[in-house]
Amino acid sequence: MLLVQFLLLSSVLFCIGIYGVLARKNGVMVLMSIELILNAVNINFVAFGTMTNNIAGEVFALFVIAIAAAEVGVGLAIILLIFRNRNSIDLSSVDSLKG
Amino acid sequence: MVALSAFTGDAPTSLIQAGGWFLEKAWIIPALPAISFVLILFFGKRMKYKGAELGIVSIAVAFIFAVCCAGQWIGQVNNADSHVEHQKQHQEEKHLDDSHNDGDHHETLSEEIQGTYSNELELASGQDSTVFAAAEEDDGHDAVGIKPVVERFTWWESGGRTFQVGIMVDGLAVMMLFVVTAISLLVHIYSTEYVAGDRRYTHYFAFLSLFSSSMLFFVISENVLQAIVGWELVGVCSFALIGHWWEEKPNSDAALKAFLTNRVGDIGLLIGMSILFWSAGSWSIIEINNAAINHEIGHSTLLVASLCLTAAVMSKSGQFILHTWLPDAMAGPTPVSALIHAATMVVAGIYMVARLYGVFFEGYDIAGSSFNILALVGSVTLVGAGLLAFVQDDIKKVLAYSTVSQLGYMVMALGVGAWTAAVFHLFTHAFFKAGLFLGAGSVSHAVHSFDMKKSMGGMRKFMPTTYKTFVVCTIALMGLPPLAGFWSKDEILVGTGGWGMFGGTGGNGTYVFALVMGIIGAALTCAYMTRVIYLTFFGEFRGDTHGHGDPQESGKRITIPLVILAAMATGAGFLNLPVGFLSGSKSGWQERFGHYVEPVATYFPPIAHGTPSWSLAIFSTVVALIGVSAAGYYFFIKVNAQSPASTELANGLTEKNRIAKAGHTILKQKYYLDHLYTDVIANGTKGPVADAIYWTNQKGIDEAVNQVGKQTARVSTFVYEKIDQNMVDGVVNLSGRASEGLGETTRTIIQRGKIHQYAAIMFAATTILAGLLIVFV
Repeated sequence: MLLVQFLLLSSVLFCIGIYGVLARKNGVMVLMSIELILNAVNINFVAFGTMTNNIAGEVFALFVIAIAAAEVGVGLAIILLIFRNRNSIDLSSVDSLKG
Repeated sequence: MVALSAFTGDAPTSLIQAGGWFLEKAWIIPALPAISFVLILFFGKRMKYKGAELGIVSIAVAFIFAVCCAGQWIGQVNNADSHVEHQKQHQEEKHLDDSHNDGDHHETLSEEIQGTYSNELELASGQDSTVFAAAEEDDGHDAVGIKPVVERFTWWESGGRTFQVGIMVDGLAVMMLFVVTAISLLVHIYSTEYVAGDRRYTHYFAFLSLFSSSMLFFVISENVLQAIVGWELVGVCSFALIGHWWEEKPNSDAALKAFLTNRVGDIGLLIGMSILFWSAGSWSIIEINNAAINHEIGHSTLLVASLCLTAAVMSKSGQFILHTWLPDAMAGPTPVSALIHAATMVVAGIYMVARLYGVFFEGYDIAGSSFNILALVGSVTLVGAGLLAFVQDDIKKVLAYSTVSQLGYMVMALGVGAWTAAVFHLFTHAFFKAGLFLGAGSVSHAVHSFDMKKSMGGMRKFMPTTYKTFVVCTIALMGLPPLAGFWSKDEILVGTGGWGMFGGTGGNGTYVFALVMGIIGAALTCAYMTRVIYLTFFGEFRGDTHGHGDPQESGKRITIPLVILAAMATGAGFLNLPVGFLSGSKSGWQERFGHYVEPVATYFPPIAHGTPSWSLAIFSTVVALIGVSAAGYYFFIKVNAQSPASTELANGLTEKNRIAKAGHTILKQKYYLDHLYTDVIANGTKGPVADAIYWTNQKGIDEAVNQVGKQTARVSTFVYEKIDQNMVDGVVNLSGRASEGLGETTRTIIQRGKIHQYAAIMFAATTILAGLLIVFV
């Protein structure tokens, strides 16, 4: 089945993304991992859309790409500001919201 | 045919619906004074004559309307008469044609009558035309039934019952409309002088208007519910007017007494009317009467209803033993007393019985018996109150007891079935009693007191007009021929049917007791009125005018009503000359009053009419003259000879004879009825009953309450200490501590600001949710 390969690919990408988000301490790497997660979802959208011959999947993928771009923009800006204040982008040290 | 036995077999039935603008619009008559009441209250003080002009104009217009009503009604009855004459001729011709099978014809006619009768009864339960009219052939002239004018509309509906308001105008109502408006008009005019300069002049006229309006409303009411409203309104107005000068304690006490005594009877009224409503299924006076007469209501039900209503009559119309409020009601202004005693208030009771006569007639089995409560109450009242009148020094109180006595005549007459006589006596009594009260007011206006012994005497020299009118009205009250009272009183005596052995028979039963009491009452009336005349107008003036010279005759606005009333007292009796009094072409002038007023219809019971008797008339006149001469001898000869200024013999019977003295004391104390009510009943119940209630209250109710309180306090303490403090608070505290500890733990373990950790938890949770989704969906 063609679909299974796409789903496997997206699952692999998703898991790599999850791992990156949870394990990496570098803010930029975390952002990139989030991109991986989003793209895994995009793959799923496109795959299912093609399979069911439905344009909505691709449209959603386009929206996700657009929003991911915006999100990375905002995220990079935050990381830039963290770097400026702390001279580091180590996310484990950013814990001033602790209870 | 049984139901028709009262109507002679071959009398033609005549169904004529009364009509005419004034009769149909009779509601205007009570509406006018009602409007005037409101206007006087709002604008009276700003008007030129302080609102009196509004009252007079409204009641005058109402009077004109009433006169027009009377005219139209008489015209209707006359039309019906000629209609019957016509029919009779027609029938006679037919009779000749059918003479070969006379018997058959008779039966057919009876069936026809029966048919019409039941048809009409069916209609009676329907909407409008309720009354079947039958011609009653009694004594030479035709009495023809006319359906009364009934106009009504639905007031409200509730639970499938329709409550209506409307008017019912027949001969009786028209007669009352005339009496009430006439007396009220004269009282209004009289009052402008009598209460001139009073502190509540405008208020007085407002209530005078409302009083007249309530009575008129009561008179034309179509159903008993409406009648109750009118009845109570009359009571309220009398309360307000008796207590007109409420600043003095006795006056407000008298007003309260009148009101509360009437409440006692009103309970009977409400119960009686309710019984009638539930048994007849209608509030309508006509339908209730129909149901009673046609035996659709059980006899015992009717008896109970009649007894309850009799209690109402006893309080409203001042019958023994509930009459005590009426003499006290003299605390009000004298014109109000005249109005109360002549036209409104007390005659309401009589009118109610006359209106619902079917109920009383069947309930008490008036026909063919010789005793019932109504006749007993009336007979006892007329003698008892007559005796009381002897010992009163206050002229108004003598007249008040006289009213009680005369009302006794009316109640007795209704009790013995002499309906027309009762109503006719109401009619004549209204004029001469109003004349007497206004005359007494005129005298007291001059001497500023009502005390005959201390402030009056020899007034005939100072007040000639008042004296003459007073004497005329007195003779009318005494029942001496040919003045009004004679004709009506004689008719009542005839109606008792007790004169049988001397020829005057034909009443509804043989009420010998009523006849005897009636004749004794006549003698008493003559005697005490002679005493009033002597003490007031003869002898020497005993009053003190405080240096204002001799008492003066009252002004025109007082004397003119007196003259009019005296004229009515003279002439009113001729309206109902007894049958057999005139002969030949003039015989048409006999019994005119009864002919126009007495309904001949299904809602009126088949009463029999007594045959007038010359011997009875002569006997009662002789008895009356004996009463006059006995009192006249005592006062005019013996007392006057002793000294013109004295009021009683120095060494009279009451001084010499112990029994006479005891009797005198009993009368002075008014049979101790007031003592019975205030001391025995009121205080008696106040003392022991109050103690008993206090004890029950303290030991029973309070103890129970206290125990409940104490036990509650104990339970509450227990609950507070054990349950509330330990358990409920414990649970609350525990949950508080638990959440605190949990929060502390989560804060230190989870909420550490580590973003990775948060993300891990989020993903873990998402994974779990996704797993659940797969497993369960």
